[in-house]
Amino acid sequence: MDAFDEATLRPLVPAVIGVLVRRGADFAAAEDAVQEALVEAWRTFGGGDDGPGGDGGDDGAGATAGPRDLKGWLVTVAWRRFLDAVRSESARQRREVVVDGRPGPGPTEDADDTLHVFFLCAHPALTPASAVALTLRAVAGLTTRQVAEAYLVPEATMAQRISRAKRTVSGESFDRPGDLATVRRVLYLVFNEGYSGDVDLAAEAIRLTRQLVELAGPHGEDPETDGLLALMLLHHARRPARTRADGTLVPLAEQDRGLWDTTLVEEGVTVLQSALSRQRRGEYQLQAAIAALHADAPTTAETDWVQVVQWYDELLALTGSPVVRLNRAVAVGEADGPRAGLAALAEVDPDVPRHRAASAYLHERAGDLATAARLYAEAAGLATNVPERTHLTRQAARLNQASAAD
Amino acid sequence: MPRYLLLKHYRGAPAAGNDVPMDQWAPEEVDAHMTFMDDFAKHLEENGEYVDGQALAPEGAWVRSEGPGKPPVTDGPFAETKDLIAGWFVIDVDGWDRAVELAGELSLAPGKDGKPIHEWLEVRPFYGSPTATGD
Repeated sequence: MDAFDEATLRPLVPAVIGVLVRRGADFAAAEDAVQEALVEAWRTFGGGDDGPGGDGGDDGAGATAGPRDLKGWLVTVAWRRFLDAVRSESARQRREVVVDGRPGPGPTEDADDTLHVFFLCAHPALTPASAVALTLRAVAGLTTRQVAEAYLVPEATMAQRISRAKRTVSGESFDRPGDLATVRRVLYLVFNEGYSGDVDLAAEAIRLTRQLVELAGPHGEDPETDGLLALMLLHHARRPARTRADGTLVPLAEQDRGLWDTTLVEEGVTVLQSALSRQRRGEYQLQAAIAALHADAPTTAETDWVQVVQWYDELLALTGSPVVRLNRAVAVGEADGPRAGLAALAEVDPDVPRHRAASAYLHERAGDLATAARLYAEAAGLATNVPERTHLTRQAARLNQASAAD
Repeated sequence: MPRYLLLKHYRGAPAAGNDVPMDQWAPEEVDAHMTFMDDFAKHLEENGEYVDGQALAPEGAWVRSEGPGKPPVTDGPFAETKDLIAGWFVIDVDGWDRAVELAGELSLAPGKDGKPIHEWLEVRPFYGSPTATGD
């Protein structure tokens, strides 16, 4: 039965945490209690084959039908777990007084609470790495093991990182509005981590951003969050074409555009257009606009590079980012030729990541193969991962071979 | 079973038999080398001898404390002379002989002209492993 699986449960996590915190639980305890309630829900209604005690049977057999109000059920169980935990603490009486003194069960503003959980997980007191880990656990409802696998660190390490993060934000009130820009940045970081283990972080980031878009209001009061969603969808659409079966990178120009997910592209473009129409442009909308122009072109050569450069100009004016300046130089190379691109690149700080790779590419297009080969080899030495290094080394090898044949 | 570290060097090891920088190879030779490395790791896993394998970037620095209250000093990102580790495998095998045998296989990764590199690999036993050096 599909009605009850991780995908059904996870979206409820931040709302349930929010209810518990409203009722007086501190954030860390609420988060723990909700995780336990999730496990219990899974054991009671779910496939039952997720844990060591599972029977591995199919979803139907032996599983009780799910409750009508799943969120209400989770709140009840999590609250009971929370009270059990409180009672078993040594300072039990003092804590019970605290709990009794807080508002009891009653109607809660779901959307508001969920948004607060987003804000809390993206709290400025947390390092970006901790904010990302806490968001994955408290907002996405991933287990500590899943978060640890996604980041390739031991589970105990991740558990420590998460509890440190929870301690940091534990005393924070739920009543102060948080910074939506920080939440967006954390979600963007999650998206950029890609995926490994059994959790696809890019897909997870898209799911959470959709949630954030809904929380921001039905009529898109927040175009920049829409812009972030559009950007993720447009990048995600290209993922099937971005690597070969052996893990090596395929540059944009060589990607098989037939592999791009056109449904995601269409959705991304629609979301973006509605965001741009509200005339409050931000970084993510502008990046998405560039991604949309790439997604729209049948080939690299047919890309509207002039318009790409215009969007980069706007993005540069907004951010002043040296990375944007670098990407703009590459786009200028496509729009106005490699010499113009190299001139634009000359204004970019050479320490910006991928500066040498961009320079190598533009030199190759300008016909200076020997310089391009040297720069590709240098870029390979500076690469931050193995597929990228292999790709750049291969480029150097290709050009060295070509010039040796002359 | 004892554990060993197989260290692959960028620099600092004796020169390889077929010692040509990778960017001077043909693109297909680069591919063949990468495939060999992947297959090597896969075979180790199938044998139950694999523990860990990682590649390291050539950048890095020596770092030393200058004492309390002072920032640590580094020798800058591009020191020219030091030994550089390119990556490692950690293996869990029957003993020293098997570790040496596997390092020997790894040394034969294909390079320029499809010929084996005959690279020098460093093999180091982990403390705490029984009969680590093969006695």
